[in-house]
Amino acid sequence: MNMLRKAALGTAFAVLSGTTAIAGCGIGAGNVSIIANDFPAIHAITDAAKACEGDGLTITANMTKEHQTLNAPGMSGTPAEYSVAVVANSSIVALLNDGLVRPLDDLIAKYAPDLPNVNKVSVDGKVMAVAFMANAQHLFYRSDVLEKAGVAVPTTYEEVVAAAEAIRAAGIMEYPVALNTGAGWNLAEEFINMYMGTGGELFETGSAVPTIENENGVAALNMLKRLTEYSNPDFLTFDSNATQALWEAGDTALSVMWGSRGAAVLDNEGSSDEIVSTTVLAAAPTLGGGSTPATTLWWDGFTIASNISDEDAAASFQAMMVGISDEVVKANQDAAVWLSPVYEATPASAGVIASAQGGANPYPMLPYVGLMHSALGDNLAEFLQGSESAEQALADVVAAYTTSAKEQGFLQ
Amino acid sequence: MPHRTFFWFILPSALAMLLFIAFPLVSVILQSLHVEHEQILVTSENCGPFGCKQSTSVDVEATALLKDAAPLGRFNGLGTYFDRGHLATAEISAAWSGTDSWGGFFSKVMNLPFYKALAFTLAYTVVVTPLVILLGLAVALGVNGLPKLLKGPTIFISLLPMIVTPLIGSLILYWMIDADGILGKGLQYIFDDPALSLKASPLLTWLTLFTYGVWHGIPFAFVVFYAGLQTVPEETLEAAMVDGASRWERIRYVVIPYMGPLFVFVALIQLMDNFRVFEPIIGFSAQANASSLSTEIYGDLLGDNAQYASAAATSTLTVIGVAILLTPVLIRTWRDFNRKVV
Amino acid sequence: MSIASKRRSTPLVLISSVLVLAWIVVAAFPFLWTLWGSFKVQGDFFSKADWMNALWGTRTLIETGGTFTGAGYEGAWIEKEFWRAAMNTSIIVFFTVIISLTLGTLGGYALARSGYRYAFWLLMLALVFRAMPHITLVSGYLLPFFEWNLWGHIPTTIVVLVAINQPFTLWMLHSFFLNIPKDLDESAMVDGCTRFQAFRHVIVPVMWPGVITTGLFSFLLAYNDFTVTALLLNQENQTMIPKIASFLGSTQVEGNVMFAVAAVVSATAPLFVLILFFQRQIVSGLTAGAVKG
Repeated sequence: MNMLRKAALGTAFAVLSGTTAIAGCGIGAGNVSIIANDFPAIHAITDAAKACEGDGLTITANMTKEHQTLNAPGMSGTPAEYSVAVVANSSIVALLNDGLVRPLDDLIAKYAPDLPNVNKVSVDGKVMAVAFMANAQHLFYRSDVLEKAGVAVPTTYEEVVAAAEAIRAAGIMEYPVALNTGAGWNLAEEFINMYMGTGGELFETGSAVPTIENENGVAALNMLKRLTEYSNPDFLTFDSNATQALWEAGDTALSVMWGSRGAAVLDNEGSSDEIVSTTVLAAAPTLGGGSTPATTLWWDGFTIASNISDEDAAASFQAMMVGISDEVVKANQDAAVWLSPVYEATPASAGVIASAQGGANPYPMLPYVGLMHSALGDNLAEFLQGSESAEQALADVVAAYTTSAKEQGFLQ
Repeated sequence: MPHRTFFWFILPSALAMLLFIAFPLVSVILQSLHVEHEQILVTSENCGPFGCKQSTSVDVEATALLKDAAPLGRFNGLGTYFDRGHLATAEISAAWSGTDSWGGFFSKVMNLPFYKALAFTLAYTVVVTPLVILLGLAVALGVNGLPKLLKGPTIFISLLPMIVTPLIGSLILYWMIDADGILGKGLQYIFDDPALSLKASPLLTWLTLFTYGVWHGIPFAFVVFYAGLQTVPEETLEAAMVDGASRWERIRYVVIPYMGPLFVFVALIQLMDNFRVFEPIIGFSAQANASSLSTEIYGDLLGDNAQYASAAATSTLTVIGVAILLTPVLIRTWRDFNRKVV
Repeated sequence: MSIASKRRSTPLVLISSVLVLAWIVVAAFPFLWTLWGSFKVQGDFFSKADWMNALWGTRTLIETGGTFTGAGYEGAWIEKEFWRAAMNTSIIVFFTVIISLTLGTLGGYALARSGYRYAFWLLMLALVFRAMPHITLVSGYLLPFFEWNLWGHIPTTIVVLVAINQPFTLWMLHSFFLNIPKDLDESAMVDGCTRFQAFRHVIVPVMWPGVITTGLFSFLLAYNDFTVTALLLNQENQTMIPKIASFLGSTQVEGNVMFAVAAVVSATAPLFVLILFFQRQIVSGLTAGAVKG
């Protein structure tokens, strides 16, 4: 494995964050019930929290892929079934929109006064979530293939296309590029990443009126299309599992994948040493002469339900702070890109950190962004297949979005 | 049977259906007639791990007041049914007056999500249902003609495609038809085209989905028809043989008419299930080329913003669609029923 | 004797034999392939590099030192405690089938014996109910279930599955009872039995073939259900199919596909046994009338 980048990236996030120290359990009585997605980093958190059980404190966790469907109804009852929901910047909005999560300022003041600002997610000055890990899609490249094709490491998407052409022309690979362009959620995410790279805004400031029908939207779509011309013709079915499998089989040399997949790509399973040792994770490329990496930054964090007693809320907050404490981060360095001062960057997190330092935008935490995401996911495939113009595709997106935004009361 | 006795016999079953299907059905219909309240938006500075920005959010308190006043939302009548996400009447009439050829009109209509989904759903139903019935019957006849020793294992193997969960079954096949998978490679070899991929073109994706549908559906038709074959009266067959009917003629004029009710039963269940096609589209990652009414409903319900009204309207339209498809079957059952009364 | 016994050497026989053979291959091949692949590592199962790897276990040899590995099974059953999910599924399936059949036989019998119009309309209504997409129903349950503290428990899921199952069960059993001669229970009633006694003593003894067939279909529905169980059960009560889905990973995080493959094979195994046991009953049950429309 390539370890030399480790030193350089060292404590990248420690610079952003201050210090935090939460000692021991000593939480007191209460019911803590967590709903979260089902993956190792979150298991580490809930396991650490569960270790505090006893003395009238009960902690249960429901870790399921369906968390996004269940958390809003589960936090609606009185008292709520779940006192804690682990969310991301996309899924928090459903809870915010319905007022299902409480401001955490009092709890932070009382139990975690030293919580760094980097961990605070606030809306209008009120902290609504505590973020603990970061993620983003960024470039993975094969240094040996680039060398063989005689091209430098690309830092813009235009260079990615040129490098792909060089690799193809050199007869090394026919389809050197792969992005998560599977129709639906993945494709929409790729578009948003590209669009953010052009400096465009998805909506008019202060309203839900979409503003993607512009030259930035067309530029983002055209770049996606140019890239998919160097992708395997199956590209409209590509999800993270597919792109990772292609990478591990050595079929691609320039991929844009999730940073959280980095550790799995760099481990010894499923791939040969030749591929693993030449895989490098780098910041997301820029687009059209812009300077922001064309990607969106994501965080995962926890929220506390509104409809529970203050006692349970206090217990829940403290239990989760134990879950994301320094000890847990230290013991699980490889599990995620932690937003913690004790986190030491690994080669697997290099791309996420570089993208963040390059000034990439966060995925917008807007009340209606999910509707836009669905509309994009349903309407862009035809353009990439060549059966529709970019303008028509964007017009379809706006029409679909407008219809659902009206039904949801965001547009009149 | 007297009303009273009937009532007690049916009560538990009816109660279960009333509570868990009829009530939700009513609430779904109610929901489809309403849309969400106006969401009152405010702009403020929002911060996160990656910096602060002026951004929009929902004014929860102001919106909650509106919600408390009318929990169901704003009454919208049939508005949701006719909007662009569903029947899209305005867009259809615009397409009609804005195009001068059938092709142009057709491509505009197929650009609307509901009609796109309906087109695939109907195509799937219309292709898969008859094929399942035909091939199911053919397999049943074939198995029936096997030596006794072979019948058991054959029946067992024939049922396999039905007993594996559709979501997982389609996923397994999806892995196999990958251009690098065994079936994908096999097809490339057969058609002598190393670039052939079942996932890339809309047409091939549709064919793949149809094939899966038939593969998954045959066992049900097979087992019903095979059982039916055992009940064909021997005397009639022998009489037909005496009259010099060939094997084919016996099947055509004796067996098939006798099994009429079975065709109705299988058609009924298959039409209904095929019209709700969902799992293969997800399992085969075919969303780029195929959507169905059910995937539309899932998309509405499982996104970051759940759209209950839209999902409710599509669900109601699905039920209506099934009812229309089943009308011929229902009329037949009605006649049978009246015969029973006499 | 069946129609086939009077065989003549017509092309038809040849065609039908070839067809059955082709069908057997088509039906069984994906299962054999999955069974074989479940003893390999992921690199071989997907065999992106070369599909022959799946046969020879090239990567399996590199990664585990042998051409077969039980790692998928070990991971699924021991590390990820798939047995818990298997137990939950058994409980849910057992009670769903028993309750479905009890309610269904009573209701189906009544529908078959009632000559009134409302019986017909009830049957039609049941069909409309069956047309309802499950996801719509389930997302409607979520709020009230959480509110009344019913969510997450096994009994709730059983009741929901029974209810969702009723339309099909009613239809099937109703058609089955239509084929049991009316005279049977009516003569018992002439002898002084009540309707229920007649049902209990005369109908129950002869209804088993149909009930077993219907039960099998109920079994498959409960066993294979994803929507209801994934959304209505909490983690400790999770059943097999949602558990398998969770092995597949998410967009952000890699799952363990080989656990899923091993679990799929494991989940299909009991069905093999079941079909072997009930194969004759399925056929005889249908023969006895359930399929008469």
